Amino acid sequence: MPDKPETETVEIFIMGKKYEVPKGLTIMKAMEYSGYQYIRGVGCRGGFCGACSTIYRLEGDYKLHTDLACQTTVQDGMYLTQLPFTPAGREQYDLEELDISNNPLLDLYPELARCVSCNTCTKTCPQDLEVMDFVNEAIKGNIEKVAELSFDCIQCGLCAARCPAEIPHHHVGQLARRIYGRYQAPESEHLEERVEEINNGVFDDELEELVNLPEEELRIRYENREIEE
Amino acid sequence: MKTGKSKSNENTEEDPYPESMRESIKKVEKTREERLEEEVDMMNPEERDEVLNNFHPDYKEEGMRPLKVGPNKGDEMPLELADTLEAYPAVEPSKVDLTKVDYEVDVLVIGGGGAGTVASLWAIKEGINPSDILISTKLRHGDANSMMAQGGIQAADKENDSPTAHFLDVIGGGHFANKPELARALAEDAPEILNWHEDLGVMYDKNEDGSMQTLHGGGTSRKRLHSAKDYTGMELMRTIRDKARNLEVPVVEFSPAIELLTDSDGTVTGALLYNMETDQYYVVRAKSVVMATGGFGRLHIQDFPTTNHYGATADGLVMAYRAGANLLDMDSVQYHPTGAAFPEQIVGLLVTEKVRGSGAIPVNREGEAFVYNLEPRDVEAGALIRECYGRNNGIETPTGMKGVWLDTPMIDMLHGEGTFEDNLAYIHRLYTRFGIDPTEDPLLVFPTLHYQNGGIEINKEGKTAVEGLFAGGEVEGGVHGKNRLMGNSLLDYNVFGKRAGIAAAKRAKESGWGELTLEHAVKYADQLDKAGIDEEKTSPMLVPEYRGEETLSRSIDVL
Repeated sequence: MPDKPETETVEIFIMGKKYEVPKGLTIMKAMEYSGYQYIRGVGCRGGFCGACSTIYRLEGDYKLHTDLACQTTVQDGMYLTQLPFTPAGREQYDLEELDISNNPLLDLYPELARCVSCNTCTKTCPQDLEVMDFVNEAIKGNIEKVAELSFDCIQCGLCAARCPAEIPHHHVGQLARRIYGRYQAPESEHLEERVEEINNGVFDDELEELVNLPEEELRIRYENREIEE
Repeated sequence: MKTGKSKSNENTEEDPYPESMRESIKKVEKTREERLEEEVDMMNPEERDEVLNNFHPDYKEEGMRPLKVGPNKGDEMPLELADTLEAYPAVEPSKVDLTKVDYEVDVLVIGGGGAGTVASLWAIKEGINPSDILISTKLRHGDANSMMAQGGIQAADKENDSPTAHFLDVIGGGHFANKPELARALAEDAPEILNWHEDLGVMYDKNEDGSMQTLHGGGTSRKRLHSAKDYTGMELMRTIRDKARNLEVPVVEFSPAIELLTDSDGTVTGALLYNMETDQYYVVRAKSVVMATGGFGRLHIQDFPTTNHYGATADGLVMAYRAGANLLDMDSVQYHPTGAAFPEQIVGLLVTEKVRGSGAIPVNREGEAFVYNLEPRDVEAGALIRECYGRNNGIETPTGMKGVWLDTPMIDMLHGEGTFEDNLAYIHRLYTRFGIDPTEDPLLVFPTLHYQNGGIEINKEGKTAVEGLFAGGEVEGGVHGKNRLMGNSLLDYNVFGKRAGIAAAKRAKESGWGELTLEHAVKYADQLDKAGIDEEKTSPMLVPEYRGEETLSRSIDVL
């Protein structure tokens, strides 16, 4: 056997198989330390993409925990497996054709009505979102509230994997956000005006001039440009 | 925080910072009130040059060498990149059968991040049937740097702003090395891109009257940084992806391209994909190919940690270069000034510039401010390195890493309690997971490898020098010159993803399928051989190697 590393270590069980890894690593780095080279179960490594969903239990405890492998430190006696894919159903839709007046969330995802208010989704969420609350708002058709409460969702799908009513919460949230952004958020008039100005060629001459300026001239313009406070 | 969950990795009773760091934090706390009042002056051009020349990693000669082969022969670039470009093709041409075609499409998009997805959507608007497109991607659709951008996207849509002002910021920030027509396209298309996003349902941060909330970024002359909390990249990527899913654009995941295919004239006619899960290859024949593979952060240039996603391994540069594409500004790497330097678990991850844009300033070991908080990124990064290694005013972590404080508690003091958590939800979550409350304590930061400033040369339509090959997003170069400003990468992938998608669609409508060969790769290997480069290394790398040394020292291949 090779010499044991000098750093303090913990024992973890990757899909039941024991490995000794340095204390303080994330689950992701601990699996790599143990010799796994990822293809699945890894993405951004920064808590944005939801590719590294992980389920674990601690030795001597019955409770199953869920978290992201890239954002969670290993603990001694951690039994873990990754769940890199959830086969939750996603409905196709055309945002331009949706009937907004008739709760499109419930219309596309009638399984929302099967919610038994067990709160498992909320307890499962690695982002600590109030998932069950937005399911309730979705049933009521409160699109703005669903959009707001689901905004930080990274679409890992862990909630859907554990939901006894088989609701694809992350897809419902996505739908609500797009409807809110498209139809309910106040419009930006200044943006539309600017697009029109550009299309009408308002800035063409000055841009054309700048693009053709020699570098020395451009430098002077840059250094003397006015800066908004 | 809900109870009964082990979300916080540390015992919250325990101080997350070791005593040596806590001592320094006390000094930071003492100077905070007065720092709220007075601003550090912006550097003049001479001071900026001095910081860059002495402390920015790009200016370190031993980190660079000239490339030995290809269109950019003789150009200086980082050692790690030069090694990757001078590696032999991973695929042995005699071992693949190119006569059995698995996919025959109009447009092949290589890369399933922001640029690739945008390209596919605009190719469809240009008249290509979604089923005649294929997106090939290494990880899952959307697992990309695009998903990770935090701070925002620039667009000159406010009354006091103009595409001209935006253009000047881009080209000055890029040290005047940018291709002017690309910088112009970036600035000119920006408002229309945001308008398109609004139609797709992107939830930008707005005021009640619908006007956009905008902030300054480093090197901007106007407040034109638009955001969606600090999940701007995620909000854009998931919305754009959702649109592609509704249109049923075919995506083949975990199957990156490993080589382009060309005809005998060198025109790109398709690509060879590799299913990483089954080791199979697939042959794709396409009328146009869009390269949208992103950047090279995972090459860990000069051993820097990176903010980049797992797949950012320069694959697109390698493939396009072998096919004859020219590269621009490859000597220029963006180190984001503020990467996490503590705790160890998150070292290298991005602490968005929006944190500085919201008023937090960098502070040294003694609690002193030493740099204006919104210099262009390269200057700000150089100033942080100088503080740690030139002036020895950094703070050392238990693992020996040095950094400076980013004084985040200032944000709520300036803008009211709750501002940080509302507007910087990701950063708040990232740190509280490890027991640090950024509204109470400052964060330790150090520059981290963030962005490939240069890349494959394109024209304003997104065409490369190689017939049949287009490029958009981080893989292409010329837009940002030697330094990209914050908020211009999300914009870049939208503007040039769109332009490349449209140009690729136009070409597909006018031309047919070509013959499929690997001749260009064979020729490239010959050049490497003639240059005396040994065959040890192959590329594209596809995934970085992070397995433990112990494991690798005992690795054997018996299958």
